[in-house]
Amino acid sequence: MSTTQRAVATTTTWIDDRIGAGKWLKKNLRKVFPDHWSFMLGEIALYSFILLLLTGVYLTLFFNPSMKEVIYNGSYAPLNGISMTQAYESTLRVSFDVRGGLLVRQIHHWAALLFVASVSVHMLRIFFTGAFRKPRELNWVIGVGLMTLAILEGFAGYSLPDDLLSGTGLRIAQGIVLAIPLVGSYVSSFLFGGEFPGTDFIPRLYSIHILLIPGILLGTLTAHLLLVWYQKHTQFPGPGRTNKNVVGFPLFPVYTAKAGGFFFIVSGIITLMSAMFTINPIWLYGPYVPDQVTAGSQPDWYIGWLDGAVRVIPNWETVIFGHNISWNILLPALIIPGIMFTLLALYPWIEAKATGDKSEHHLLDRPRNAPTRTGLGAMGLSFYILIWISGGNDIIAQAFSWSINSITWTIRVLLIVLPPVVFIITRRICLGLQRRDRDKLIHGRETGIIKRMPSGEYLEVHAPISEASRAKLISARESHYAPLEAGPSHDENGVKAPKKGRLGVKLSNFYFANRVVPPTDEEIAEGQHHAADDLETVRPSGQITSGH
Amino acid sequence: MSQDTSGELEKAQEREHELEHVLRRTDTNPRAAQRAERQVAIMFGLSMLASIGFVAAYVGISKTASINIPIIGSIGLLNLALGLASGLGLFLIGAGAIHWARQLMSDEEIIDERKSFAADDQTRAQVVEDFQQGAEESGFMKRPLIRRTLLAAMALMPIPAIVLLRDLGPLPETKSRNTLWRSGSRIVQDISYKPIRPEDIPLGGLVASALPADLKAIEEEQGTLNERAKASIILVRMAPDEIRSQQIQDGDYQGILAFSKICTHLGCPIALYQQRTKHLLCPCHQSTFDLADSGNVIFGPAARRLPQLAITVDGQGYLVAKEGFQEPVGPSFWERG
Repeated sequence: MSTTQRAVATTTTWIDDRIGAGKWLKKNLRKVFPDHWSFMLGEIALYSFILLLLTGVYLTLFFNPSMKEVIYNGSYAPLNGISMTQAYESTLRVSFDVRGGLLVRQIHHWAALLFVASVSVHMLRIFFTGAFRKPRELNWVIGVGLMTLAILEGFAGYSLPDDLLSGTGLRIAQGIVLAIPLVGSYVSSFLFGGEFPGTDFIPRLYSIHILLIPGILLGTLTAHLLLVWYQKHTQFPGPGRTNKNVVGFPLFPVYTAKAGGFFFIVSGIITLMSAMFTINPIWLYGPYVPDQVTAGSQPDWYIGWLDGAVRVIPNWETVIFGHNISWNILLPALIIPGIMFTLLALYPWIEAKATGDKSEHHLLDRPRNAPTRTGLGAMGLSFYILIWISGGNDIIAQAFSWSINSITWTIRVLLIVLPPVVFIITRRICLGLQRRDRDKLIHGRETGIIKRMPSGEYLEVHAPISEASRAKLISARESHYAPLEAGPSHDENGVKAPKKGRLGVKLSNFYFANRVVPPTDEEIAEGQHHAADDLETVRPSGQITSGH
Repeated sequence: MSQDTSGELEKAQEREHELEHVLRRTDTNPRAAQRAERQVAIMFGLSMLASIGFVAAYVGISKTASINIPIIGSIGLLNLALGLASGLGLFLIGAGAIHWARQLMSDEEIIDERKSFAADDQTRAQVVEDFQQGAEESGFMKRPLIRRTLLAAMALMPIPAIVLLRDLGPLPETKSRNTLWRSGSRIVQDISYKPIRPEDIPLGGLVASALPADLKAIEEEQGTLNERAKASIILVRMAPDEIRSQQIQDGDYQGILAFSKICTHLGCPIALYQQRTKHLLCPCHQSTFDLADSGNVIFGPAARRLPQLAITVDGQGYLVAKEGFQEPVGPSFWERG
């Protein structure tokens, strides 16, 4: 036994004797993690979060969450002698009078932007590859919760410095609270300790931002990761990869080095960005005063869609028996986002209803192999992007000298027209790609080599595809579903079948009536036989069956 | 099949197979492996230098020093130096570790079997049985009195936690209906608090932000910006015949109109006035109000017109409010009516 081995043995024995870690380590030291670039999106989210915790703790050492008015007297000359809250004053101090303070503030802000961005793109990856299917539905719901919390936490964070921009954002938030039926005025008065802006809100928001939400985030995030660990990571189809195994690199050493190294890369890049690119220059905005505003006010990117929804909605308000219901605020700020997030959280069950599939899925779908899901995802995304763009309608109007009214009207129309069009086009593209895959499996790959036959006919030579491509393409079988058949509408006693079952059949037909059936082994064998023969004319593309 | 074509076909197939399993140079050539080892060590070494550089910059560079960089412009030198040093320090550790993993650690994938999480049917049945036994022993189902009182107690238990929140703030009462404006309140400029004479505002001109004269004293006394958030107004002057309608008959003074500056949508101060059209645009959500036509909404998400403040002049010729606002200013709320 070498010295190193002995040292390792002594250490593990010490730990094992006390907490019995031996069995766990034996099982997990060489735990397999599949490799794919898209699996790093969640890692980016995790690493930005760690960076947010570290830089956040540093900022609390200097930030003073108080709305007491003071006169500024510091290194930033343009604001000297101006009245401002201590929150804003201490943010200026950390930016100009603490060495490295601005860097940490900018790392905190860039990391927050990247955190929500990577969480969002990570979620898109999970959605489009079907990683939310059984047994991972719970982790999907946890993920939707994490994203909601991330957005709230980001908004709370950039509202703290009490600059003109953040104060304007809070004023809007207070207006939304006021619009809540029945209790709006009360909730607003309790939150703000009286009227807006008062002197209570920033200290309260501070507790929420540095304790309450990060605490919940940390707990939920831990549960999220434990589930990934326990259920083992999904993998993309490939040679030797099945629904029953997991192929990849061992936790120790390769994954440790790669994931650990990636933490440093993400942190390094965020730090370099913070060195070179100013983010949220609160000193340019000035302190918050409720009767001032800057034109072209923009929230952080992840609030843009909410702001855009508020901008694009028509000015509907109803007054019933002396009570105001502000649909123009409730719909875009509370009701529509509520519906969107609820549908998102419930999606795994909606799709399971259409497939009727109760088995486990560890092999990821290629997005084309789930055309309706991919279409729905693209549709949702187009809706999101449109209202996000609407959040910048004033910027667009100014940049292109367009009328703000026509931009708003165009977006209103597009919001109704575009998503269904995107759905149809995306689904058709997926079906087309599936047909090409089917052809490739049956006839092999096009070589670009044209052969002239003795008869004078020209033919393109097809070559067999590699094992890797075959494994990838044949995985379409795993994702393929025929639409559920409707049972008899009345049973033998003439009793009407329950409506619930029929709903599933309808949903299933919506999902799978248009589909490309992956080739059977016989079809592939026959196709290869023809290809080898090489004299056969190329067959027309694969058959499409239609359920109805 | 001609000789030529089949040769090309084989080559194409070979290429595809090569892609599947590539031996790295570091696997086959010990010198390449040594080179990779050196590269990793150099990255780690440079990271050390960067960390030391951070300390040097922290100590050596003044907080006020700035540097001119083409395109970006003039930026703080200390932030740039500290950020570059620590950023590189972090990045190089990461790059080194990943280079090490990719070049020198085994790139053979290994396989693990997945096991079902589910317990077998017998175990599941046992769990149900155990639970039922526990439920039986507790008498939860058999003793409805205990069950119901427990559930009722649990339902009432959160009430103290909610009641505790009551003192977060006062009841709203009618505060959002009242502003500082009273009959005779003098109108002053923001910041300078100077009273305004009608002749200070030229035809077509505006005072973008005006306040009641007593606001300053009240703000100093209260230490909050609450009154300002409601009382802020905007003054515009147009030719009297350009005014198509008003909320209050003769609410103007020689074509000078006063409107609440607080948007009726979500409370942003409205700032952008287009003199030619007499339109006022909110920079937050682009609600547009026509000041020549009673401050009515002509576009955007706001549902209600901007409240008008009737004005006149006092004995010394300064602009004053004729009376307070006739309707609540700012965003809608449930009790507004």
